[in-house]
Amino acid sequence: MAFGSPLSFTDTMPIVSPGFTGRRQSPDVELPPGQYLAEDFPVLTAGPTPRVTTDRWQFTINTEAGLRYDWSWQQLIEMPAEKITTDIHCVTKWSKLGTRWKGVSLDVLLEDVETAADFALVQSYGGYTTNLPLEDLIDGQAWIAYRYDGEELTPEHGGPARLLVPHLYFWKSAKWVRGIQLLLEDEPGFWESAGYHDYGDPWREQRYQGD
Amino acid sequence: MTHVDGNALAGDLREIFAVDLTVATGQCSGCGYKGSVASLRVYQNAPGIVARCPHCEEVVLRLVRGRDRAWLDLRGTVSLEIPLP
Repeated sequence: MAFGSPLSFTDTMPIVSPGFTGRRQSPDVELPPGQYLAEDFPVLTAGPTPRVTTDRWQFTINTEAGLRYDWSWQQLIEMPAEKITTDIHCVTKWSKLGTRWKGVSLDVLLEDVETAADFALVQSYGGYTTNLPLEDLIDGQAWIAYRYDGEELTPEHGGPARLLVPHLYFWKSAKWVRGIQLLLEDEPGFWESAGYHDYGDPWREQRYQGD
Repeated sequence: MTHVDGNALAGDLREIFAVDLTVATGQCSGCGYKGSVASLRVYQNAPGIVARCPHCEEVVLRLVRGRDRAWLDLRGTVSLEIPLP
């Protein structure tokens, strides 16, 4: 497993205690180029925080052929969930280590979806969008996360649910996620259409177009 | 998350334009609202600067600064009326 990859484990496995100090110290860790270690969890937002109640929350996958698949909140939380412990890297240069999430793998949500798409445009309540290759959403790399650090995901951090795709810069992990449009051609999202990189690999420091 | 007003755009826009654009009158492509750039709602705790219409909250301006480049996205702005001396 490459450094920085998420560790995924089932609900029944014990969480290993990080020890008395509770934190890994910065000299011992390797961060992606240009990143610094954050101990807090900065809140970034491009607009007012949407307040989406779970009774009207819905997650939808639309395919390139016009097929539509959707899930209510109740359906989501009744699906098999995973606990994920992972490092996250924001393009504004902070990284946070060992963040703990719970959510449903996109592998589960995409299991019965018929598609020939290569790309995904992720859509959020509030209008935010972000694009990435579909292959980066599968094979245990992405989740619809609804718990953070043992608590319900707060609206400030994207609750009730956000995308978690931690191997890419964190702007790809769309807060307040409401759906995914599957596409045959890549379509730039909110930041990608204003200078940011279409892929955004922190280990290759793909911050801006042309990086 | 709170926002600040459009006067926060003054420094960044002055670097790109030769005039103070915060006194320009912009029209929102979402709702047609007309108002000064200074009246916009600016969200700065983000990978770029996002200015939204105070009337409909649509994005009217996005500014991203790279190491040696800036991207200015004005697709949410119908026009800018800029006073000249």
